[in-house]
Amino acid sequence: MLTLKKISKTFNPGTVNEKKALDAVSLDLADGDFATIVGSNGAGKSTLFNAITGAFYVDEGQIILAGEDITYVKEHVRSKVIGHLFQDPLKGTAPHMTIEENMALAYLRASTAPHAYFSRISGREKALFREQLALLDMGLEDRMKQPVGLLSGGQRQALTLLMATMVTPKILLLDEHTAALDPATAQKVLELTRRIVAKRRITCLMVTHNMHQALELGNRTLMMNGGNIVFDVQGEERSRLTIDDLLSKFHDSAGVRLDNDRILLSR
Amino acid sequence: MGSIFTLSILQSALELGCIYSLVALALFLSFSILNIADLSTDGCFTLGCSVGAVVTIAGHPFLAFPAAMAAGVCSGFVTAFLQTRMGVPSILAGIIVNTGLYTVNIAVMGFSSNVNLFGCDTMFSLAKDLSDAAWYGSWHKIVIVAAIVLIIGVIISWFLNTRLGLSIRATGDNEYMVRASSIDPIFTVTVGLCVANSLTALSGAILAQYQKSCDINLGTGMVTIALASLIIGETLIGKGGMFKRVLGVILGSCLYRFIVAVALRMSVPAECLKLVSAMIVAFAIAFPYLKGKASFYKMRRMPAKTGGEDGDDGC
Repeated sequence: MLTLKKISKTFNPGTVNEKKALDAVSLDLADGDFATIVGSNGAGKSTLFNAITGAFYVDEGQIILAGEDITYVKEHVRSKVIGHLFQDPLKGTAPHMTIEENMALAYLRASTAPHAYFSRISGREKALFREQLALLDMGLEDRMKQPVGLLSGGQRQALTLLMATMVTPKILLLDEHTAALDPATAQKVLELTRRIVAKRRITCLMVTHNMHQALELGNRTLMMNGGNIVFDVQGEERSRLTIDDLLSKFHDSAGVRLDNDRILLSR
Repeated sequence: MGSIFTLSILQSALELGCIYSLVALALFLSFSILNIADLSTDGCFTLGCSVGAVVTIAGHPFLAFPAAMAAGVCSGFVTAFLQTRMGVPSILAGIIVNTGLYTVNIAVMGFSSNVNLFGCDTMFSLAKDLSDAAWYGSWHKIVIVAAIVLIIGVIISWFLNTRLGLSIRATGDNEYMVRASSIDPIFTVTVGLCVANSLTALSGAILAQYQKSCDINLGTGMVTIALASLIIGETLIGKGGMFKRVLGVILGSCLYRFIVAVALRMSVPAECLKLVSAMIVAFAIAFPYLKGKASFYKMRRMPAKTGGEDGDDGC
């Protein structure tokens, strides 16, 4: 579904702040793959996501999504088929607009006809939004006319997830999307993610700092360091892997003592 | 004091309030919705005024309005182009366009700093001939401008609830979300500024016919005045649906004109009008902040009554 061919990106080239954020990263994600990504801060995980969404163009290499070369496709055009969730729950929704209006914006992806510019939210769409919101089991379906700014972080993140998947994306990018939530809410949002991704067979990449999640969720685990994928495991080998194995891999690949307190060892 | 609130003051405040409320609506779009401070407003207002005046003199009193609006769209497009495609910061883009428009405006008026419309047919003079009723003679201007403003208000609030309108609102509300959605911020900013500037120019064209003249310095300070109207309106009405907010802006504009009229009545010399305007604007913008401050000090002064109930105050 997603193929990255040796993509590289250097920020601030030619200055003292030069930083090679992506160093010839190659990746081949099959249709329906759900891969988790671990790696310390600065390993290039978010940069990889931003390269895929088109926040910047890569210096070298090729990005192919569903057979189409999107290396130089504009960000807003790509985002029609890419779902992207940020760590910050405030980034995914417009706070001064109602839940209904936010969902209508996400649903814009569904229509490409130019005449849709001047159409309003129809009753049929409202019913669809309501039905989808009810799946979250957070009572949001009765608050559709309220501004999103009134929702809690967890509710906003759940809503963002719903919006990102309302029109099934070709790939869903989850950038530590539960890291800013309390443990119970994080669990709920994660459960929701798992359910939606499994039900629609969405190809998915998820960054996490939780080693337990990294092994337990999805069918593939990637480890990034220094702008490269240093470890890629799936299938039989992955199911035998323990958290300790993963941590020692982390030591080996990073070549440094693991003192990053954001790596969690929850069971 | 009774003499301060005469009918004629109320009448002219309403007329001017309605005309200028279109500029306030333009800033509502650019400043409140798109979160862009569009400083080309002054020049764009004069542009609308001069284009409207020239077309009216040429014998097309009704064509004057679409012509002025088209000129406004062009001005808005240039501002948007500079900031979305040329990397000019939005405030600078407005200032640059504003400066350039001065020459354009002079040129539109045939390289003269003012033109007058005496003896020309205007929308107001043509409408006046429609009826001989006594009340109509003095109220026809209000009826016309109020109708125009209401129609524009309805269209704007309808527009902001269409998909394109929602996209424009999202652009000003959350940049990250817009980038992650399939919305092109360059397109929405351009459309938003074009619509806003067409309203500014329309307001200028109506004013040209209303006061039967156009002067190159007419727009000076317009952005401040419109901002004051906008903020008075938003403070009065507060949050709510789009139509309610639009109505609030129109109301704010009328109220502002009323305050100015009263200030003039209270023998404030006309030369001081700009200073009075600036003071009203500063006060209107500071008011919501001061209100919050005041309630904070009030709360702090009686900690035993409010904070004390929690039991852990001061920990």
